[in-house]
Amino acid sequence: MNLESAVSRTVNMREQEIARRKAHRRRFKEKLIERFFFLNGLTAILVLGGIFALLFIKSYPAFKELGVFQFFLGAVWNPTSYSVPKYGILSLIVSSLMVTLGALAIAVPLGIGCAAFISEMASKRFKEILKPAIELLAAIPSVVVGFLGIVLVNPIISKLFGISHGLNALNGSILLAIMSLPTIVSLSEDALRAVPLTYKEASLALGANRWQTLVRVSIPSALSGITASIMLGMGRAIGETMTVLMATGNAPGLTFNFLEAIQTMTATIAIELGEVPYNTTHYYSLFVIGFVLFVMTFVVNLISDLILQKYQEVER
Amino acid sequence: MSKKLTERLGLGLLAFSAVLVLLFLGVILFDIFSKGIAVISWEFLSQPPHQGMTEGGIFPAILGTFLVSIITVIFAVPLGMFAAIYLHEYARPGNTTRMIRLAIRNLSGVPSIVYGLFGVVLFVQMMHLGTSILSAGLTLGLLTLPWTITACEEALKTVPKAYREGALALGATKWYAIRTNVLPYAIPGMLTGVILGLARAAGETAPILFTGAAFFLPHLPKSIFDQFMALPYHLYILSTQHHAIDKVRPIAYGTALVLLGLILLLSFTAIWVRYHYRQRLKG
Amino acid sequence: MFGKTWLLIGLFAAVFSGFVLFAPAVDAGDMIQVKGSDSEVNLVQRLAEVFMQKNQDVNISVTGGGSGTGIAALINKQTDIANSSRELNAKEEEAAKKAGVTPFRVIFATDAVSVILHPENPVAKLTIDQLGKIFKGEITNWKEVGGPDLKISLYGRQSNSGTYVFFREFVLKGDYSQRMKSMNGNAQIVEGVQRDKAGIGYVAVGYVVGQNGEVKPGVKILNVAKDDKSEAFSPAKMENVMSGKYPISRPLNQYLNGKPTGKLLEFMKFQIGPVGQEIVKKQGFFPVQANWMEFNRKQGL
Repeated sequence: MNLESAVSRTVNMREQEIARRKAHRRRFKEKLIERFFFLNGLTAILVLGGIFALLFIKSYPAFKELGVFQFFLGAVWNPTSYSVPKYGILSLIVSSLMVTLGALAIAVPLGIGCAAFISEMASKRFKEILKPAIELLAAIPSVVVGFLGIVLVNPIISKLFGISHGLNALNGSILLAIMSLPTIVSLSEDALRAVPLTYKEASLALGANRWQTLVRVSIPSALSGITASIMLGMGRAIGETMTVLMATGNAPGLTFNFLEAIQTMTATIAIELGEVPYNTTHYYSLFVIGFVLFVMTFVVNLISDLILQKYQEVER
Repeated sequence: MSKKLTERLGLGLLAFSAVLVLLFLGVILFDIFSKGIAVISWEFLSQPPHQGMTEGGIFPAILGTFLVSIITVIFAVPLGMFAAIYLHEYARPGNTTRMIRLAIRNLSGVPSIVYGLFGVVLFVQMMHLGTSILSAGLTLGLLTLPWTITACEEALKTVPKAYREGALALGATKWYAIRTNVLPYAIPGMLTGVILGLARAAGETAPILFTGAAFFLPHLPKSIFDQFMALPYHLYILSTQHHAIDKVRPIAYGTALVLLGLILLLSFTAIWVRYHYRQRLKG
Repeated sequence: MFGKTWLLIGLFAAVFSGFVLFAPAVDAGDMIQVKGSDSEVNLVQRLAEVFMQKNQDVNISVTGGGSGTGIAALINKQTDIANSSRELNAKEEEAAKKAGVTPFRVIFATDAVSVILHPENPVAKLTIDQLGKIFKGEITNWKEVGGPDLKISLYGRQSNSGTYVFFREFVLKGDYSQRMKSMNGNAQIVEGVQRDKAGIGYVAVGYVVGQNGEVKPGVKILNVAKDDKSEAFSPAKMENVMSGKYPISRPLNQYLNGKPTGKLLEFMKFQIGPVGQEIVKKQGFFPVQANWMEFNRKQGL
């Protein structure tokens, strides 16, 4: 044991200590950075929770004052009534569902047909026209579609059906169908494309033609994906505001006639939020509508998620 | 024979649906373009409206849309990017991660008017920002957030695993590896997603209805706490509430055309970015 | 490439912060915010335009949204003037008091709410009672009032509209039919009725009558009688309205928070002065009636 080895040992220990401290700091910094990103990721939950909480908190006063049944069992929405204010949102819910189902009735067959065309029949060139076209359709803002509902679809409907005007549930359904088509087409197309080639080849080998293969093999295998796409399209339609605000005539009464004017939940909020003084019963009741909308779209999304999850499990 | 016929009919029906969809698009674009182009001129794009909106241009609306979009981007992009980085690079499979993803999917389905409601209460009232560019921009930012997160995550997915692993194998820390070996390659994809999200936000009306959009402002906004005019709101009022509704119909078409044009421009830019940098990466 | 992107972002940030930080603070006194009645918006926009030409240092912003919207904005302290084609109701007065707002009412014009039909509809006159029944949904077919066998197609405003409230209080004295289509403004009602053979709607007179009493093309204005023993009069003639022969007329209001001062006071005086009242007539409305002018004067205008 001499001076040199003692010094070098001390220096070594010192260096190791420094290296350890440095590693520690780096790990701490890394942990900090990871924590930072985690917080960012958490914002999604925070925002969703925030929206839910806010809607609930702001609806509560209305529920407390009027009771839940007034809203859900009443079919008359007239908060600024001459006599007794009525807050029944049943007719609004029915109207929203009417345009949504009407839209799906148009968009589902068209959408699946178009998706099937793209995935099964279209040549490469056609695909390169169709796919961007669908994306373009998706990019058209709702206010423009609503505008066309007023100036273009309105006169066509009134002439076609011989009625005095064309601002009604049918108009809304057509417009919403146009808006949900891109979602349904692209997701259904993905689902169809994911069907293993072997399924189709086996079917053709057994003597089925392309149509039979499509209807009896491809579509059933892709059914979960297609259903999920329909649910998403449905969610979009329920939540759409400007299109229905401009083109459905906004008559709040309860009706099941597609050729009559209706008023959806979203349109009601858009119409009345601007005119209510803050923190009045009428104001809170608009949040009730918002809350119902939120719950509806949440449920639809959840169902679509579950379907997709089951789909992935089955595939495995 | 009948089987062949069903096949023919069936496939014909498919082709028919595709044609119908194209027809919808075609009719929309043709109507807007043919009736709007007559009004478009340099004055229309650069002048403010005159004579109670029946003459003049829509410049303030274009500017307003632009300004709100800047706020939206500033708010939604960093948040979205960082959230996507967390989800893709750091998150471990588990309940928290699943909940985050569920939350993102649900947020993208929330109706735009509900975002508007939320914005009115949170930004306009509780944070006392009033009806302003800031309130509207933040509300739109929330609306765009789920899209931005998803788009950025998709961009991160396209970076091969090997890039990360190579850096890590050489002793880099995780963040260093991401910063130098992943992000630069993901940025173009993220940019594409951001621009597309911006295109969507620019066309939204419901969230800005009560958080700051106005129809007739005598001068341009001087700060982000001012109200503003915006293209989609302008189109909405011109086509429903305006007092000389048939006189301004051509201006409404022009506004629709400008809005569509803006969105198309943004979309093409996004696609160009994606294409250009894909080439770069290959070469 | 990475560098270029950051450069662009940096540029944007610089431009933007410049805009935010160095923009002159908006002097609240120079900008007058007017919100509210759709019936009045066109008229007040025109009045504001002319006033601003003579007073270059003043900025007046006029937006619509309906009388209810304007009053709510006044109560929420988001506007200087609330255009309202109806009076404040008890709930609003209470809310104003709670918010510390003192409504100051000025009448600056007279309106005759006109009932319009499709030009091909042969019906030419109705009583107030019949009109009420039609809009309440109690009379549903045109043939019940001497017209063709068509289901009546109702066009009205939304609940934020002063015209909606006024028409309900004055003509219906009950609730509107749930089948009535709620349009976003007077002009949309005009547009709807123009296209609808079975249509009927109510609008502010300035939307269907020009400055010389001429009727807008594409609609027909109904003559209205007080009851079935009286004569029916048209709102297009000024003397019918000013004398009260046409029964459905109303003062057009502006509400402020307390008595106005400075430029705001000058604008109010301008509107009820001779130049302003000429503009009112040119826009198809009618000047302030004598008793309401007295009301204005008593308040110090």
